[in-house]
Amino acid sequence: MNFEFSAEQLQLRDTARRFLADKCPPAAARAVLDGKVDHDAALWQGLAEMGFLGVTIPEAYGGLGLGHLELCVLAEEMGRTLAPVPFSSSVYLATELLLSAGSETQKQHWLPRLASGSAIGTLAHAEATGAVSNGSLTTHLEHGRLYGQKLPVPDGEIADFAVVTAQEGDDLSLFLLDLSGAGVTREAVSTIDPSRRHARIAFSGASAEPLGERGNAIAQISAVQDRAAVLFAFEQLGGADRALEMARDYALERKAFGRQIGSFQAIKHLLANMYVAATLARSNCYYGAWALSTEAPELPVAAASARISATQAYQLCAKDAIEVHGGMGFTWEFDCHLHYRRSNLLALALGSLSLWEDRLIDALRQSQAA
Amino acid sequence: MNFDDTPEQSAFRARVRTWLDANAPKHLEPELRSAIGTGISGLKSVDPIEAAKAWQARKASAGYACPSWPREFGGGGHSAIERVIWQQEEGIFAQLSGIFSLGHGMCGPTLMAWANEEQKQRFIPPMVTGEEIWCQLFSEPCAGSDLAGLRTRAELAPDGSGDWIINGQKIWTSAAHVADHGLLIARSDPAVAKHKGLTMFFLDMKSPGVEVRPIRQANGHNGFNEVYFTDVRIPDAQRLGAPGQGWEVSLTTLMNERMTIGATIVTGFDQIFSLVCAMEGENGPLVEDRAVRSKLASWAVRDSGLKYTSMRAISAIARGEIPGPENSIGKLVAASLHQEIATFALDLQGEAGILTNPDLSAAKGQFQAMIMRSPAMRIEGGTDEILRNIIAERVLGLPGDIRVDKNVPFNQIEG
Repeated sequence: MNFEFSAEQLQLRDTARRFLADKCPPAAARAVLDGKVDHDAALWQGLAEMGFLGVTIPEAYGGLGLGHLELCVLAEEMGRTLAPVPFSSSVYLATELLLSAGSETQKQHWLPRLASGSAIGTLAHAEATGAVSNGSLTTHLEHGRLYGQKLPVPDGEIADFAVVTAQEGDDLSLFLLDLSGAGVTREAVSTIDPSRRHARIAFSGASAEPLGERGNAIAQISAVQDRAAVLFAFEQLGGADRALEMARDYALERKAFGRQIGSFQAIKHLLANMYVAATLARSNCYYGAWALSTEAPELPVAAASARISATQAYQLCAKDAIEVHGGMGFTWEFDCHLHYRRSNLLALALGSLSLWEDRLIDALRQSQAA
Repeated sequence: MNFDDTPEQSAFRARVRTWLDANAPKHLEPELRSAIGTGISGLKSVDPIEAAKAWQARKASAGYACPSWPREFGGGGHSAIERVIWQQEEGIFAQLSGIFSLGHGMCGPTLMAWANEEQKQRFIPPMVTGEEIWCQLFSEPCAGSDLAGLRTRAELAPDGSGDWIINGQKIWTSAAHVADHGLLIARSDPAVAKHKGLTMFFLDMKSPGVEVRPIRQANGHNGFNEVYFTDVRIPDAQRLGAPGQGWEVSLTTLMNERMTIGATIVTGFDQIFSLVCAMEGENGPLVEDRAVRSKLASWAVRDSGLKYTSMRAISAIARGEIPGPENSIGKLVAASLHQEIATFALDLQGEAGILTNPDLSAAKGQFQAMIMRSPAMRIEGGTDEILRNIIAERVLGLPGDIRVDKNVPFNQIEG
């Protein structure tokens, strides 16, 4: 048994950590948060040059052709550094959807562009409050053209193309859409975490091509959500660890009542609970990584477990990091709120906690029945 | 990243399975399974101590009793990862050996580190085979989390023999009523700071002046004992470490205690999941209920988180490394989980949730037993609060608490 990343994968982590420490300081996320830029284009280009945008894309399509374990390693580092780039949209969602459902022509057209960073892809799925199901969407196909509205779409302003879920008669299907075409209007929307931009996209007769077979949207999205859940969980894990480190460092540095505040049990126990949550999340994430990389039948259980555990850990670590920092933690100047924002964004990014709780219980019942 | 055995590990596992198939006391399996969490006290068809000793002796004959201990002491001489494989395969039958866990987890390692050659040869092999049972005499009514505040006295005999005379009281001693020997920490010098004045001994539990009384626990069971010492004489040869070195000697075993308890943990998730899946609510199957699902999911990921944390530790062992500090979370997480799950399970049963009779209660009363036992789990082997302190100080590097009694001679500490 070796339930740990390999030496090469750990080396990749070190490389990514050094690269991001240099290219992605907290000021990078702040520049997007403050609205100066819509994403960090220089960082995006740098990630492309490192090959990180095409880790799982086969070499034939211009990628590195590595596995998902390597991508998990990178995701954790992106989460640690709050990387303000469309990595999750382009790599976990658009790339995965193209790889699993794309035609040869679609793959040949988009995958090399995704790997080189010259194109950004995203998934336009949600429309309003609540979960998506067949019949719940207003976005639909009419005479071969798309009508409707998606909200919120991650990186919707800057993406070159989107995979869109839409009603096709009684079916729910996937479509691939060039967002620069006619019949598409996009506008930025304000969110709880402006360091990762989101948009409203309206379609009024936009031209779209099918992605995969008609009526396959639920199955395809569900499969890709399981895979992406593991990757999002690693981002959340990286963020949780970083928030814990920040709180620990501050508890060592800040003095009150004549002592380091970290010597008070009230503070220690907050930090210990954060460590427990982050450790449980890490172990669940590793299980998810194993299931993802081996395409194990346990993936639905493993992905939901990683996702729930990491959501809980990041939310706890981010909120209690503010608590440990006291009043300073609630200033704009301190970075605590960047993680607080991100933790609450990522908690919903792939569907809410309750949705993943449902998925976990369903998957556990199925595996028990099997 | 994989869960696969190496060819050597796989061969070892196959050998263990074959041996277990031929030797395990399979006739006791149903009873052991229905009594999960209560150890051998759940055995009704046989004398539990005799059954435990018989299984231990059989394992010892094949080198599986203390698989990773040296062969010269009767152990199996197996590697740490082979010990883990053995544990995985032994499964439910390990419940039979609970009575030996303190001996094997703490007393044995302490003797190996601190006893002389002759003593090791005399005492360790019968500990392995189960012929002799050991207990650990550490906690006292006034010294639990703050163990170094213990008051049991060890004084040199006035007759100049060099023997020690022990007076005082220990508490929460598992297996003391059946133990042949005990590992004892006592205060030999009250005039120095509390950690400096302690000395470690081992003694024959049949020594004159030793009195064992069962404690009636809050749940009505008698799993632990009080042990009273009245002028108990211990030869100086049975001192482990120098006089005043007892605290250092005890540290050999305290971390072992947490590892031991964490390794065999059951969270109760499987039990509550089965219960919920079998129950109907007002609006159909209970497992379809949103609020129920949310709780189940939250427990499921803590349960799996612990399971895979232990897999990470086993991987470290397989690589020949020492597992990292992440294992310190095991008991802390599992203990609250037990309590939460039991409370919820009773709630699901409505007014009938109070019933403890196995014939009348859902799930044979196991959750009622669990709710009554669970407060102890949050205390034994380190309270939740002490465990959080340990994580904060040893793992996260936070400063220790201010200790007002740190350099004060023990006999001048107030309280």
